[in-house]
This record gives sequence, C-alpha cells and structure tokens, in this order.
Amino acid sequence: MAKVLMDGNSAIAEAAIRAGCQCYFGYPITPQNELPEYMAAHLGRKKGCSFVQAESEVSAINMVYGASLAGVRTMTSSSSPGISLKQEGISYLAACELPAVIVNMCRGGPGLGSIAAAQSDYFQSTRGGGHGDYRTIVLGPSSVQELIDLTYRAFDLADRYQIPVIILGDGMLGQMKEPVEFKREAPEELPVRSFALRGAKGRPSRIVKTLTSKPIELEEINWSLFRRYQLIKKAETTYETFLVEDAELIVVAFGIAARIAKGAIKNARAEGLKVGMLRPITLWPFPSEEVQDLAQKTKHFLVFEMNMGQMLEDVQLALEGKGEISFYGRPGGVIPTPSEVLRVISRLCYQKGLK
Amino acid sequence: MKKVYSRPKSLKRVPFHYCPGCGHSIIHRIMTELIDEMDLQDKVVGIPPAGCAVFAYHYFDIDMAESAHGRAIAVATGLKRASPEVIVFSYQGDGDLAAIGTAETIHAANRGENITAIFVNNAVYGMTGGQMAPTTLLGQKTTTSPYGRDMKMEGSPLKISEMLALAKGAVYIERTAVNSPANIRRTKKAIQKAFQTQIDNLGFSLVEILSPCPVNWKMAPLESWQWIDKEMIKEFPLGVIKDTTG
Repeated sequence: MAKVLMDGNSAIAEAAIRAGCQCYFGYPITPQNELPEYMAAHLGRKKGCSFVQAESEVSAINMVYGASLAGVRTMTSSSSPGISLKQEGISYLAACELPAVIVNMCRGGPGLGSIAAAQSDYFQSTRGGGHGDYRTIVLGPSSVQELIDLTYRAFDLADRYQIPVIILGDGMLGQMKEPVEFKREAPEELPVRSFALRGAKGRPSRIVKTLTSKPIELEEINWSLFRRYQLIKKAETTYETFLVEDAELIVVAFGIAARIAKGAIKNARAEGLKVGMLRPITLWPFPSEEVQDLAQKTKHFLVFEMNMGQMLEDVQLALEGKGEISFYGRPGGVIPTPSEVLRVISRLCYQKGLK
Repeated sequence: MKKVYSRPKSLKRVPFHYCPGCGHSIIHRIMTELIDEMDLQDKVVGIPPAGCAVFAYHYFDIDMAESAHGRAIAVATGLKRASPEVIVFSYQGDGDLAAIGTAETIHAANRGENITAIFVNNAVYGMTGGQMAPTTLLGQKTTTSPYGRDMKMEGSPLKISEMLALAKGAVYIERTAVNSPANIRRTKKAIQKAFQTQIDNLGFSLVEILSPCPVNWKMAPLESWQWIDKEMIKEFPLGVIKDTTG
C-alpha cells in the first residue's frame, strides 16, 4: 500500500479498525477529537460495529468494559483530564482480566491545564492509575507510523494477556501529520473470545466479578495478576537504542521527547560529542535491564521529559545509584526544541568533562 | 400428582443472603420464573449493581458480570452494542441508578438503548446501612437524615421514572411494587413486558419496583409492606408511566 499523509489521531483510529476493533466509546476532549470523529465516520456504520459518543468518560470506559465482556475488540480514547475519569473503569478491567485499548493523548496538567502536548501522565499510566494493586501495559510511540504499529500491537497484547493496554501519546503526536503506511488489512470478522458473556448456550452460566467477602481469595487474584505481570516483563519489554555503542552520555527519553532528543543528539554528534539515546517503547514494563546494561559502559545519563521528572524515577530505580543522572524537563505543555536540548547536552558534556 | 410450584430452573439452589422481609428475594424469584417461561436462560446477560444486589450473580443461573457503582447501564450498553442478539438487563438500586448512575441512566434512555433496567426503589441505601437515598421520602429518618428528610436541606424524592418518560428513546416505563400478591403478579407482568420490548427491538425499558427494606426502615416485614401502601405509593404512584411500544 502506498503511503498516505495522516494525523496521529486519525491514524490510530484507522489502525484500530484494521486491528479488528468493533466497538469504540468516547467523549470529546482536545487534543484527541480527530480520533472519535474518524471512528464516527468509519466504524459507526460498519456491519457488526458500534460507535457511541458517551455522556462522560466514566460512561465510555464502562461501555468498553461491557463490550469487552461480550468478547469483541474494543477501545476508548481521551486526554489527561478524561483519562483521570476513566481510572475507575480501568481498575475494573484490570481486576476482571478484560482486554481493552485506551489511548491517552496527553496534555498539560494538573487540573484542566493546557491543551498542548505534555508527558505529565507517565506516573498515572505506569503505576496502575486507579485504585488497587494492578498494572496496565503502557506503550509510548514517538511518530505517527509508530502510533499505527503500536495500535496493532496494543490490541494483540490486550488479547494475549487479557489486560488493558494504554497507548500514551501526546497532543503533538495526535495532531501532527506524517506520511504513513498501514500494513494490515481489516479482518472480515474476528472470533468472539472464549470467555465472552453472551448467554449460557450449551455451557454452564458464567460470572465475571472480583468482589469477595474472603480476603484470601482476593489475595490469590492479586498473586495471579502479578504472575502474569512477571511474564509480560520478561516477554514484552521493548526499547530503541540510538548511537549508544561509544556513547559517554546517554539521553533517556520517550515518546515525542525522544524524537526531539534525537535531533539534538545528531547535532551533538556533528559537534563531536559522544551522545546516544535509550528510548523505552514499553513504558510499563520499563526496560530496567537495558538501563543497567548501558551503565556497564556509560556513566552519565540525561533524562529528558516533558514533565517535572517522572520516568526519571524509573531510571533512578534501575541504576540503583550506579550512574550519574541529570534531568531536563519542560512541564505544562511547553514543547522544547532540539537546539534547546542540544544546549543542555553541550553544557552537561562540558561540566562533566566529556568529549 | 401435578407439580404446580417449584424452584425456577434459572434460580440456583443457594440460600439468599438477603435480610428477612427484603424485596430482592421476591424480585429474583419472579425474574427467574420469567427467564424460564420466556426461554431466555441461554440468551440473557444480567448486570447487577454495587449494593445489596451485587451478589445477584450467586442466585441467577445465567451469565452475569459485576459493575462499578452506578455504571450498570453503561456496561449493559457496551455489551448490547457488541452483541445485539443477547438480552441484556441491569439490576440496580436507588443509590446506584438514581444517584451515582443518573447520567448513565438518562442518556441510555435518551439514546433508546435496547436494554432493560430493573430499578429497585427501597428509599434507602441498604448495603451501607440505611443512609438517605435520592428516593427517601420527606420526613423519613435515615442514618444520614436523622431528623427526617427536609426539603430545604436535602431536596425532595427524585422521580426517575417520570423524568425518563420525557426521553423519546424510553419506550416502556412502569412502576410497580412487591408488597402484596397482586402487586407481585403485576410486577412480573411488567418485567415480562419490558423483556418483550427488548426482544422486539423497540428501545429502552425500565421497571421501577417499590421494595421493602424492613431492617433499614426499622419495621417488621408486614409493617414495611403496609408502609409502602400508606406512604411510598403516595409519593411514587404505581402504574404504566409510559408505553409507546404499541
């Protein structure tokens, strides 16, 4: 298929349809409105599919829960304040081991904040987010093409591990247009999942629930979830490295910040500075082992985020005091430029005496 | 000898946890009778609330799924949209449907979602110990309206069924009670009609059932039946509130 020019939000929607998403439930919020709008136009009238503009984000995520119960691929999308409202439903999805895809086109916070691109929901996304002891898989794309590829992957992961998967983008990724390619064709029809609730035909009736009056039973549910999380950590942790082989300073950045950092690193290299980058693609599970491996050769790390230092804590936890970590962040929806990041890199190299 | 009465097939052989005199057991019984009579056991999915009836899935021998407090109708909406051939009902109390879940209820009705809501109104929060509900009567004493519900402080009883009747998508709404054999039979007929409305693909249906909560009302079961007749029905009159199915 030839490349097409597409904005990130619409690209996710098209990829989701091609991944076999049958039901979309959402609520308008900037900067992700192109996504529900695309779904309304392209999914809403498709046979066997459904689009609902819900009355709230709370309702939308609970509709996702209902559609997932019925055994179909389903998703919702929102941006930061709306994602906060969805946390109730995400906790229930995680507890009941139901697959779903949730897109967060993150904007500046806290509060109503700004509608500009930010990465301030890293904590909320990677630490569970809602009540209870659970995790969701979190994917951090850094280009429109990767939004598409990770949307396919999100649906596959959600089904494989029966877990909600969050795609953590940002307002910039959602709005910007890039030439992209869709490598999948929409399936005719996906099989209904075996655990679906569709009436107890030819089998005993089923209950999907977590509530129990026996804490020991709930403890076992938690253990079973965490055994699965261990599997996910082992099998699904992904990242990209860029020019790390001879690097004396490694920039750790994710999502759109990594895209900005890459530009800065190329220019730093042109100035003769040995700088590389680690870009986590799965934000949970975080590539801690790769950070540790890099620390065998490189002492200096610069964590760069569009927030006040959230992934920073994962880098600190991974290094256990071994490397020297610096941080540069711009919160509130401010988008740093590559030359700004280059200045930070150059200054750091000068201060630390790196070439 | 001809068998004239037995446990419905879709009612599990499990003792109810409900308090003595509680209306839920009666409503479960007539609903499972109907599920048998209408041959729905393998075609129906129920969504219980957070509240006393959260454990409904222990008693109904049908597919059921837990929902967050107030969200049963949204869950039912998603389920029905994904599998329109399934008969989907929510089973909710007054706190669940008429307080925390008001938005979900109104908008599902307004969209004409082809689902059925069973709305059990006992004028209190039962499971949490008898706090004031949106449907608590004026002057009624609860643990959070210890001096009696005061119009000026706590507003008046919310009439969800009458409100929903304004929505075009809501096609069948009836209020019944389970405080006498005649009213129980009437309730069963109403639920049957609501299920049939959904089977015929006509839109949103809701049956509001006035139901006794003797423990939290601090009454004997018989007294609670009489209180429905004397007090509750005055505020919440029984009958078909809306029927545009014909």
